Amino acid sequence: MTVEITINGVKAKAEKGESLLEVIRKYGFVVPSLCHHHAVEPCGSCRVCLVSVTDNGRTKLAASCNYKVREGLDVTTDSEEIRRNRAMVLELMLAESNAPQVQKLAAEYGVTSSRFSTEETKALAAERDGCILCGLCVRVCEEVVEVAALNFEGRGDKRDVGTPYQEAPQNCIACGACAYVCPTDCIGFVEEDGVRKLKKWKRELPMAKDPSGRPIAPQFQLYYFTQKAGLPADFYKKGGPGSR
Amino acid sequence: MAKINSAKELQAYKDEVVKKVEAAGKKEVAVCCGTGCQAYGAKDVVAAFQEEIKKQGLDDKVEIKPTGCHGFCERGTLVLMHPEKQLYQRVKPDAVAEIVEKTLKNGEIIEAHLYDNPATGEKHKLESEIPFYANQKRLILSNNGEIDPTSIDDYIAHGGYLGLAKSIEMGPEKTIAEVKEAKLRGRGGGGFPAGVKWELAAKQEADQKYIICNADEGDPGAFMDRSILEGNPQAVIEGMTIAALATGADTAYVYVRYEYPLAIERLTIALEQAREKGFIGENILGSGKNFEIKINKGGGAFVCGEETALIRSIEGKTGIPKPKPPFPAESGVFGKPTNINNVETYANVPGILREGAKWFTSMGTENSAGTKIFSLVGKVNNTGLVEVEMGMTLRDIIFKIGGGVPNGRKFKAVQTGGPSGGCLPESKLDLKVDFDSLTQEGSMMGSGGMIVMDDQTCMVDVCKYFLGFLKFESCGNCTTCREGLRRLHELVSLVADGKGDENTIPLIEELCETVEKGSLCALGTTGVNPVRSTLKYFRDEYEAHIKDKKCPAGVCTELITYEITDACTGCLVCKKRCPENCISGDKKQKHVIDTDKCIKCGICKDACKFDAVRIF
Repeated sequence: MTVEITINGVKAKAEKGESLLEVIRKYGFVVPSLCHHHAVEPCGSCRVCLVSVTDNGRTKLAASCNYKVREGLDVTTDSEEIRRNRAMVLELMLAESNAPQVQKLAAEYGVTSSRFSTEETKALAAERDGCILCGLCVRVCEEVVEVAALNFEGRGDKRDVGTPYQEAPQNCIACGACAYVCPTDCIGFVEEDGVRKLKKWKRELPMAKDPSGRPIAPQFQLYYFTQKAGLPADFYKKGGPGSR
Repeated sequence: MAKINSAKELQAYKDEVVKKVEAAGKKEVAVCCGTGCQAYGAKDVVAAFQEEIKKQGLDDKVEIKPTGCHGFCERGTLVLMHPEKQLYQRVKPDAVAEIVEKTLKNGEIIEAHLYDNPATGEKHKLESEIPFYANQKRLILSNNGEIDPTSIDDYIAHGGYLGLAKSIEMGPEKTIAEVKEAKLRGRGGGGFPAGVKWELAAKQEADQKYIICNADEGDPGAFMDRSILEGNPQAVIEGMTIAALATGADTAYVYVRYEYPLAIERLTIALEQAREKGFIGENILGSGKNFEIKINKGGGAFVCGEETALIRSIEGKTGIPKPKPPFPAESGVFGKPTNINNVETYANVPGILREGAKWFTSMGTENSAGTKIFSLVGKVNNTGLVEVEMGMTLRDIIFKIGGGVPNGRKFKAVQTGGPSGGCLPESKLDLKVDFDSLTQEGSMMGSGGMIVMDDQTCMVDVCKYFLGFLKFESCGNCTTCREGLRRLHELVSLVADGKGDENTIPLIEELCETVEKGSLCALGTTGVNPVRSTLKYFRDEYEAHIKDKKCPAGVCTELITYEITDACTGCLVCKKRCPENCISGDKKQKHVIDTDKCIKCGICKDACKFDAVRIF
């Protein structure tokens, strides 16, 4: 069902239930975000995409990524209040993440250092190596790859993303989708000596080679693909189109 | 047991039960067996009574009834003798033989077991004379002292399921209209009109609808819902069944935390009995409608009390809240329309149907009708469960019912609404308690926790405690809540440790805005209430910690020292109890604490009979 909403005074059309952030961007307005990717269900974790929404007569700040569009929304994407709160979110994040992507975005909001930074947070930032716990990796692995090798653990200030028992997940096909969507590039995807490695998950898989000897992808990943798509078992051994 | 198939059969069955009880002519002795009294040994008291009445040949004259919580937990184990409603308090098993012989056999009152009013020195014989009970309006809790929670006949004899029968007769539309007219608001904390919720769920077109009863009571110090489930589970089942027939649902979940084993046990028994009688299951009261209730045990995460997180938990997922809309009434458990209310809300429903909306709105205030149960705890003489009409002042609840602050200390603050509520000072004591007034003052009704604090409580320390609870219980999804509450806790801890500076309070206030506005669910948005309310009403205490490096209440360990004054008689007690062995001094000599070694545990102060240990 098509509904009409207003974005910064501009009338906009959208499908009911669509992600508000995506509609805003479709109409050319800029709203930052770190934890959103169109391929997965939005979860509103990073809170950087805060916008002001008037819904049913009530105005509030809300994360736009997982706000489902409905008739009559009146949305403002930039104001002093919005910038102030986005800046505070980024300052919180900056205390625990040393990722250049976070630093760059924070700088755009005038935040170059965090008042919450302590020796403890610096140690935590080093340990997390940029991760902002948005869980895009978890979501893409479950929803798109359908392997679900990753998960959230703990809650509150003990929340973390990782693998079961912090061990290399045996069902991980090392496809690298997690590394591809990671907003802070903290997974560590490398291919060397015919082995694909995902450093954050401690997963290493030997790669299959095409007839000319070039590595294609991990054998286990190809096996997963042939199973999933119902392809002949030797599909990737033949080389040619489709092998890479 | 045969099924009851119509309102007429129900009435006939009720008359039969009442007649049977009357014919037996037994004196009923209700022994409180709520979780609190069980901890005092209520089960042993019941066993002693049963043995003793047999021994003294009163089998056919007296019936011992283990019941749910009577509310006056401070004075357990409570023994209430019907029909006069004489109350014996603090009854121990060894007192039972005398009670049976003197009181039950010969009608003599034993003074030692009566409630002695500390304010007047008077002894009260009847429950209704005790100020704790006299000032309450016990709509829901009154049955707790009357009925055996494991006997559906008892519930029926007290008018049980007549509300359901009436609702079937009225039909869904009129039932919803009645609940709307009664202005019944959600007792779980939100205060959203239940009738409006029901109507929204009823309007949805779907092949399946659900009912959920939120019994995930998570606020520290709150036990209203547990006591209702333990003492009167049938009322909740009846309320849920009425809601189900009104909204068109056929399946329900009671989401109750596993830490409530007694509530689960009683509810399980009650469900079985209700099924046998045909109040749930197939063809309810001959209406042709079916409805089944299942129990879902929660793991105890605080955030699972939030309705969308609770729904996810029932679905087998991690309890993480979702944005609303869509509301559960539109898309709830398994994506189906779901009506979710709290235990106390459902427990109010049968009465509204039975007695009518006008009866209900005759109690309470304009916008908050009826009564509310509070768990009155902390530094108050009469701790326990109290049920009062909406609109009663905090002062009346704390001083008239609660009997004021013990040990002659001064009242300082009352914390309402659980961890996300606020602390209100003495100047707000005349506030009339309802959903709106508390929110206006920066606190909230919440599910009904009420923690009284005296002048030995440090408000910075209290704020630190609640923030510590919230940061641990946050689901951790929103950065603002996960990191924001953690940093707030850190900053308030800095203040408590005397390490705050002139930038600390402004930073706390700045961060509060983002945690409130930037978080998704109420855990984050109201999580700043403890900070805001203590800063608003007790700012001077924060400033004393920061500027003077002093904790005025003598609580924050980094800012206090324990010293022994000249009042010391040299009795050696503190010296013996000190876990750090840092008190020196011989017998009959003034003792001295080595402040460098002292860990400020306060054991010496508690142990001293001469009040010679002081905090500086």
